[in-house]
Amino acid sequence: MTIAAKRTGPARTADPTGRSSPAGRRFQHLRYRLDLKASPYLYIAPFFALFAAFGLFPLAYTAWVSTHEWSLLSDEHVFVAFGNYQALLSDPYFWNALGNTMSILLLATVPQLLAALLLAHLLTLRLRGQTFWRMGMLLPNVASVVAVAVIFSQLFGRDFGLVNWVLESLGAGRIDWQSGSATSHIAIAVMVAWKWTGYNALIFLAAMQAVPRDVYEAAHLDGASRMQQLFHVTVPMIRPTIVFTVIVSTIYGLQIFAEPQLFGGGGPNGVTGGASRQFQTLTLYLYEHGFNRGFEFGYASAVAWTMFLVIVVVALLNYLFIRRIRSDS
Amino acid sequence: MKTRPIRTAMAAAAAAALALTAACSGGGDDGGKITLSVGLFGDFGFGPLYEEYSKLHPEIEFEERIAEFADHHTNLTTHLATGSGAADIEAVEVGYISQYTAQPDRFHNLLDLGAAELEGQWLDWKWQQALAKDGEALIGLGTDVGGMAMCYRRDLFEQAGLPVERDEVSALWAGSWEDYVAVGRQYSEATGGDYFFESSGNMFRAMVEQADEGVYDRDDNLVVESNPAIGEAWDLTVEAIEAGMSNRLQAWTPEWNAGFNEGTFATIICPAWMTSYIETNAPDSAGLWDIATVPGGAGNMGGSHLVLPAQGDHPEEAYAFIEWLTAPEQQLKVFESTGNFPSTPALYEDEALTGMTKAYFNDAPVGQIFTAAAQAVRPQYQGPLQGDVLATIGQGLGRIEDGSQTPDEAWSQVLGDLESF
Repeated sequence: MTIAAKRTGPARTADPTGRSSPAGRRFQHLRYRLDLKASPYLYIAPFFALFAAFGLFPLAYTAWVSTHEWSLLSDEHVFVAFGNYQALLSDPYFWNALGNTMSILLLATVPQLLAALLLAHLLTLRLRGQTFWRMGMLLPNVASVVAVAVIFSQLFGRDFGLVNWVLESLGAGRIDWQSGSATSHIAIAVMVAWKWTGYNALIFLAAMQAVPRDVYEAAHLDGASRMQQLFHVTVPMIRPTIVFTVIVSTIYGLQIFAEPQLFGGGGPNGVTGGASRQFQTLTLYLYEHGFNRGFEFGYASAVAWTMFLVIVVVALLNYLFIRRIRSDS
Repeated sequence: MKTRPIRTAMAAAAAAALALTAACSGGGDDGGKITLSVGLFGDFGFGPLYEEYSKLHPEIEFEERIAEFADHHTNLTTHLATGSGAADIEAVEVGYISQYTAQPDRFHNLLDLGAAELEGQWLDWKWQQALAKDGEALIGLGTDVGGMAMCYRRDLFEQAGLPVERDEVSALWAGSWEDYVAVGRQYSEATGGDYFFESSGNMFRAMVEQADEGVYDRDDNLVVESNPAIGEAWDLTVEAIEAGMSNRLQAWTPEWNAGFNEGTFATIICPAWMTSYIETNAPDSAGLWDIATVPGGAGNMGGSHLVLPAQGDHPEEAYAFIEWLTAPEQQLKVFESTGNFPSTPALYEDEALTGMTKAYFNDAPVGQIFTAAAQAVRPQYQGPLQGDVLATIGQGLGRIEDGSQTPDEAWSQVLGDLESF
């Protein structure tokens, strides 16, 4: 007690501002506690402020707009409750777009993730110029999506495309990639896969390097081959990473826009995804209604929210599906 | 308390200074200079004319923004609706002009800016197209018109045993579009199935543009189903598709561009502006292309107006410029450099225009051909979503071309799609 009194004693006289008065001390203490408790929130606040302004608010506002007949060309916004959603669900073109999106998603994501897994596995082997190969994986991902789509659209051209030229010189016939449903989906899926395979491979690689060596040694001693090791050791061990890539690829795949839009060319086919809407994705469908002749923002907002729900459901299903990996193996 | 008036005065002065600088920078003035922004789709050949105008008016500078055709009009609509972002001067293609004349208050009324006295300068129908329904407001001045001709490949015609000289070629289909399709059959047979034209949508559009009434009546009702001219055009186009004449290309795609040089098709409908397009796309094919008359009489395809969005800050300066730019002298210069055909009849008597030939097209007398085409045009009323309606029908023809639908299925889907317009 006396020591404490001695310590505070000189301070009281030395500090004329009275900061160390009982009230001042309480204030200091409060400030300290506030600093400890509140500061972290303050530091992360900018993110949340920005997220609220540019993420949450538009999201909520879109929901609000989606309950209106809301055209950019008119100042009158009529409340229609769920009218837009009703119209949407009864529009066969919407279901067509949903089907196309799912088809492209499957065609793009499944081969892409399998290829990424194999590539990552190869990259764990001892290679000369390891950094070169790993960096090379990322290059397609750095290319702008528009450039990728433009180049691939030319490669898949009907009359003068490289792919058809190769097919023809191999003795197979030419393919009008754009006019068929399956062919156009494949062409678009190739663009997506080309851009994202390397990226996913690097993520898998990072996860693989965290798998303890002794697990492999044990598997090796048990006589597991390289491939068996990949599917029975590596895949179960990096399951959280696989869940991550599957979900991210799903979210991206369900929002594909630039690839089909540019594949369709500058005319009306770029908006409807071909004359028969054979490759119109959900985002393209949204674009057709929101940013085309009618500028129907209300309807487009309803499409956006429906897409959001679709993405949540599909991501959830994928998650449940991938979770079975461990129990299966 | 005493200092307060001084402070207030200082604050006021500061605010005024701020406002002043804001006014200067916001208006695009820079040391007394005014920058006019010009929004176009594609190259209108205005480059040298900006320089010429800036020499006459040193205080005016230009900034050109070029976008793709469809994007340009979508952006313009967005900018008009949101009240910001539009250029001082914007080009509008004829397929979109009615959409904008329906909302004249979004544009500066050119009648108030001095256009009222110039009415006689343009083809009457060109003037009418930019006039609001009530005739009280004019939103744009005409640049070019797209009187139609038919471009054809001399080398391919020769190989097919068809006449090569333009007068004889014109005579082949002088009667009607049926004759054109008959020539197409002949061509296909002689060549073993080569394509006669590039896209059926263009052929259909040309026939529709020649009719007295197009896809809209004068009250802006869609008459696609009831107008017999549309039905006839559709049927004949379908006939040509089924005979295998169409190269099934989509306009403005890389494949289409390549087709001009590779000679994958023998004819293409040629409004005046198309000639420069062919020339730039197929520079190696000089002398191979020639120009004949179009079947079925005269008609207009394309052509543009220059409009001044009301959000622009310099209506007087912008108007003075477009008045100068669309005057006959300047339109003639544009025609010389790009092939976009003038919309001012005064030039149609002018030897400088009528005597013009184009070396690329085997010295075709383009002046004469397109003057005759423009003079013969009977104006057709253009409805608000003209461009979109024609695109929707074109897609229907596309579905027949790629074999995904029968003509009847395609037609009923077109009508279904048009219901949402």
